[in-house]
Amino acid sequence: MTQQPSPATVPSDNRSTSHTASDGLISAPKVSPSPERHRRTTSLLRLAPYIRPYRARWISMLLFSLASLSATIVIPLMTKAVIDGPVSHHDQRGLWVLGTAALAIGMAEAILWFGRRWLVARATMGIERDIRKDMYARLQVLPMSFHGGWQSGQLLSRIMNDLSMIRRLLSFGIVMLILNSLQIVVVTIILLVLYWPLGAVVVISIVPIAVTVLHNQRKFTKLSRMAQDQTGVVATTVEESALGLRVIKSFGREDYIYDRFDEKATELFDIQVRKVRLQASFWTLLEVIPNITLIIVLGLGAAATGSGAITLGTLVAFITMMLSLVWPISSLGFLLSMSQEAMTAADRVVEIFDTEPDITDGPVAELSHGGSLRLTDVGFKFPDAGDDDDAWALRHVNLELTPGETIALVGATGSGKSVLTSLIPRLYDVTEGRIEVDGTDIRELTLPALRETVATAFEDPTLFSLSVRENLTLGRPEATDEEIAEAIDVAQAHFVHDLPFGLETRIGEQGMSLSGGQRQRLSLARAVLTHPKVLVLDDTLSALDVHTESLVEEALRRVLHEVTGLVVAHRASTVLLADRVALLQDGRITHVGTHAQLLATVPSYRYLLAADDELDDGADPDPTWCTDDDRRCAQDGVEITEGSEEASRDDLSGVHRPMREARR
Amino acid sequence: MSTETDTQTRKDSEQFAREEERWRGRMSSEHDDDLPIDESRPMRREARQLLGSLLAPYKKMVVVLIVLVIIENLARLSVPRLVQVGIDHGVPPISRANDPHVLLIVLGVLVAVVTVQAVTRMFFLRQSGTIGELALLELRRRIFRHFQRLDVSFHDKYTSGRVVSRSTNDVEAIQDMLENGFDSLVTAVLTLVGTAVLLITLDVELGLICLVSFPILVALSAWFRGASSRTYREVRESAALVIVQFVETMTGIKAVQAYRREPRNQEIFEEVAERYRVINEKTFRLVAIFMPSVKLIGNIMTGIVLLYGGYRVLHGHMTVGVLTAFLLYLRMFFEPMQDITQFFNTFQSASSALEKVAGVIATPPGIKDPDEPKQLEKVDGAVEFDDVRFEYVADRPVLPGLTLDIPAGQTVALVGTTGAGKTTIAKLMARFYDPTSGAVRLDGVDLRDVDQPQLRRHVVLVTQENFMFEGSVADNIRFGKPTATDAEIRAAAEAVGADHFIDKLPDGYDTDVAKRGGRLSAGQRQLVAFARAFLADPAVLILDEATSSLDIPSERLVQRALETVLADRTALIIAHRLSTVEVADRVLVLEHGRVLEDGTPADLIGAGDGRYAALHRAWVESLA
Repeated sequence: MTQQPSPATVPSDNRSTSHTASDGLISAPKVSPSPERHRRTTSLLRLAPYIRPYRARWISMLLFSLASLSATIVIPLMTKAVIDGPVSHHDQRGLWVLGTAALAIGMAEAILWFGRRWLVARATMGIERDIRKDMYARLQVLPMSFHGGWQSGQLLSRIMNDLSMIRRLLSFGIVMLILNSLQIVVVTIILLVLYWPLGAVVVISIVPIAVTVLHNQRKFTKLSRMAQDQTGVVATTVEESALGLRVIKSFGREDYIYDRFDEKATELFDIQVRKVRLQASFWTLLEVIPNITLIIVLGLGAAATGSGAITLGTLVAFITMMLSLVWPISSLGFLLSMSQEAMTAADRVVEIFDTEPDITDGPVAELSHGGSLRLTDVGFKFPDAGDDDDAWALRHVNLELTPGETIALVGATGSGKSVLTSLIPRLYDVTEGRIEVDGTDIRELTLPALRETVATAFEDPTLFSLSVRENLTLGRPEATDEEIAEAIDVAQAHFVHDLPFGLETRIGEQGMSLSGGQRQRLSLARAVLTHPKVLVLDDTLSALDVHTESLVEEALRRVLHEVTGLVVAHRASTVLLADRVALLQDGRITHVGTHAQLLATVPSYRYLLAADDELDDGADPDPTWCTDDDRRCAQDGVEITEGSEEASRDDLSGVHRPMREARR
Repeated sequence: MSTETDTQTRKDSEQFAREEERWRGRMSSEHDDDLPIDESRPMRREARQLLGSLLAPYKKMVVVLIVLVIIENLARLSVPRLVQVGIDHGVPPISRANDPHVLLIVLGVLVAVVTVQAVTRMFFLRQSGTIGELALLELRRRIFRHFQRLDVSFHDKYTSGRVVSRSTNDVEAIQDMLENGFDSLVTAVLTLVGTAVLLITLDVELGLICLVSFPILVALSAWFRGASSRTYREVRESAALVIVQFVETMTGIKAVQAYRREPRNQEIFEEVAERYRVINEKTFRLVAIFMPSVKLIGNIMTGIVLLYGGYRVLHGHMTVGVLTAFLLYLRMFFEPMQDITQFFNTFQSASSALEKVAGVIATPPGIKDPDEPKQLEKVDGAVEFDDVRFEYVADRPVLPGLTLDIPAGQTVALVGTTGAGKTTIAKLMARFYDPTSGAVRLDGVDLRDVDQPQLRRHVVLVTQENFMFEGSVADNIRFGKPTATDAEIRAAAEAVGADHFIDKLPDGYDTDVAKRGGRLSAGQRQLVAFARAFLADPAVLILDEATSSLDIPSERLVQRALETVLADRTALIIAHRLSTVEVADRVLVLEHGRVLEDGTPADLIGAGDGRYAALHRAWVESLA
């Protein structure tokens, strides 16, 4: 996915020489390809490449653990040796020697433990961070269509919760699982060697354990997936309640929103309780089985001792050894639960990594020189929209802008203006047709190149909880102070200098502490600051007062003189920024012309902008607008141009009756 | 990497702080993070109280569980003891006289004991797990409720990312403790105490030697507690930073992509993720010192007992059986020590999370309900500002002393430049904030004397934010009145002219608005918000720039609707479009929180030389 422009394609333009692959974001998660057969462990194993950089540490951690395990096993053996040897034979010297050796081994065990624990963090925290980084990178490049379909809480629970589950498995779970299994195997072998008939009893007791484990696994897998998904649902509700807090408060709907939350939290609770119940029986069984085995061994062992087959010392050692098996076996319950959860977590993480961004770089990293923009037969529908004709948000849109030209886009609410503006920086891709910048299909360009060429100021200005400067230079981090000052001038955003720390002031989340007009001006300044070739303004002046608006318009006119502009406008004053106007109705461009032309000839255009009506009537408190009550007047009064215009209210909301009839 | 030391970690965190200020900017001069609560302060008392109150309803059950767990542990502990009895007293008769009598009794008792252990264990795990989940559910509920109760100015500073972090990540840290902690702690402590008692009864001398290790263990734990609680607090903080960055990126993904913010974001995210790693590693290192030290003490004790015990057996002061049992119990004594230290670690992590959460829950909302709220019978909607002063920052009043009478049913438009105080008036009227001095009254009743549910029923504020909740368009309109029927929802949508675009959506009223209403344009969202407000049917309606994104025909429809809807209610309209202002009965021109002009639109225009007249002229010209 790396885009390294070959020397031949690097243009001599100064602005472009610095433009290399490093400008773009590369998301190449290091997951192995998915195998054909999907097993429970597949997702987890596919994350294995993340261990690679840490494998030396991880393996040393494992070695330390192994060494400390052998110490753990040797200590009771030494104890046995001491009791059976020097103690039984009244060998005081032997007691000191062997006893001291046992002590030394005990101390060595603690030191090995330390080594293992010290290494754990170094081996696994880095893995968690690496996956987290890659996941964030992937989420950043995934297109709007992805983000529209996913609950953000689900993403959050994956990047925090699930990753720490995986990390815990890597740092403790796997190690303990390996060690405990090893311990079980080694101890069982020693038991077999000590006295095989009793050893065989121990081996047989593994059968019910295996059955329990297998039986439990299926149920637990299902529950853990449910629990983790539901955690994401709860997180989503929490996030929503935090972001929508002001609306909730203005309507006093705390109870309503709480009930919604409560329903989801209770559902999570129910799942968790089912998990608790399952674990309770599972864990109990794993604790009871070794104890039952112990009873059997004691009975048989006593009989064997009675018959002289083994010594008392051997029986004691045997039972001591067996007791050291109780914990590893019963802890299998906990460890296996943990592994199941980590596998589920890995499934959920890999799910994100497997979502390929469908909006990706093209081969051309060259920046636009001229800035001409051409839309040819552009059609768009949302991915989940139906197949019928109504599903198209845009259809057969043709529009051509020469470099430096500005076109205003006028249309009723819902006519597709905002969708059209999102297509140009490729936030969404066209469903059909093509959009070209300087004759190159925008899908042929790298995303950084395209998005450096096109700057958009959106209707809902998003500000981040960053300094004003950082918010302004979002698309142009290298901007100089002069450039920033200039952009602030254009957008009339001088209020930033009155903030407590000027440009360094952190503005609240989403600019909460700023008014709508202030936010819009910052958003506009941000777009202007990027010095784009194509500037798209999506109704960016709506929240400005008349005075500020006229100042901004005056400054914008200068800016738009140099760049190609597409301006979504609801007001005549904004339309006047443009050289020509395109009227968008029902997802199609029906008319293109100058403001005066359209005003004179297209009633639905006049209806949309209505400036003439208002002017004519002046301060008349009861202007003769066409509304519900007098719909007939509109239908009667405005039948002109192309014979297909009908400026009724139906028409304003985009239903173009004659044309639709023609299609049928 | 191996050269990394504590000094370097410290240096790193200073560097992080500097780096962070560079991109996040500054909020206040004294404190580097101007949070509404000082989150760096330990809140141990609050945390303890919170935990206590969460578990309080289950007091009886907890007592039962403790009894059960004692039984269970007695059963567990008696197993090796019984085995010893079996070996010491059951085996010799078999060797001597082939008499399995004693052994069979011992085995019978063992079977009974294991059965008791199984039953009690199962019951305990189920019940303690369920209680843990219940407490967790209650905690989630309380956090959610409390964040909703906290006032807007708290949230302005706290940010939603932090709310999310407290409600998810911190709760999960507590979950670890509540799910398994109780089990391991109770089991471990009881095993510890039980074994200690057994050790002493088995052999006083050896038992006392073992108890010498106690003060060492206590000292070690005290050190760990101090060091880890500091570190874990930092862990919670840096987790919050990761979450804040993540949530903001995902919320603003459109701007992120359009402005090629991804690389810079990645840089910042990697920085906070790295910081999170570093601080987590530090906690691991503390554990790496703590747990093996406990192990070391245990193993040294075992060695000493072996040597000294062996010596005593050699001199006939002790039987082999007792020494064996003693060594077994010693093992059982130190094994739970590992569990306890593990729990201690989980507990430290959980309690720092608990402290954070408790700190939030202990923060009283700035906007409080009165103890004895006045009942509003029938609200006419007369609003009165009585010498209202309001300042966000001390001594920098936004409103220096505003007196204003709005008779019931009047529609008032506020006009003025940015910073004139229009939005502040709207927010005071909706009681998002309380005045610094003076009073805002509704029908003569001070807003502070009314409880918020009542107030919100009668006063509704619509801003330009127009947040869309998950669900369908109908759900979002229904938000204004949860009990509304489908017919009422349609009627509300029709009243504001939102029905046309809704009918054209793929599934009409049932269309999912998709995340944050991303499917709807800003204008469409405003129409839905209007429908919502009309459905709520308040006595006082406040519209703060609520029409700015509408196209002219929609705005006209809304205005037409306003004329009928506002006829019998009080309204406060803030709008930059003078076309919207014209529907008002009265216009107030504001400047620096003072009313400069006050009159009907026609009067003000007629006066000719005022600000409003000038604005109107500019507007008329702009239409040309």
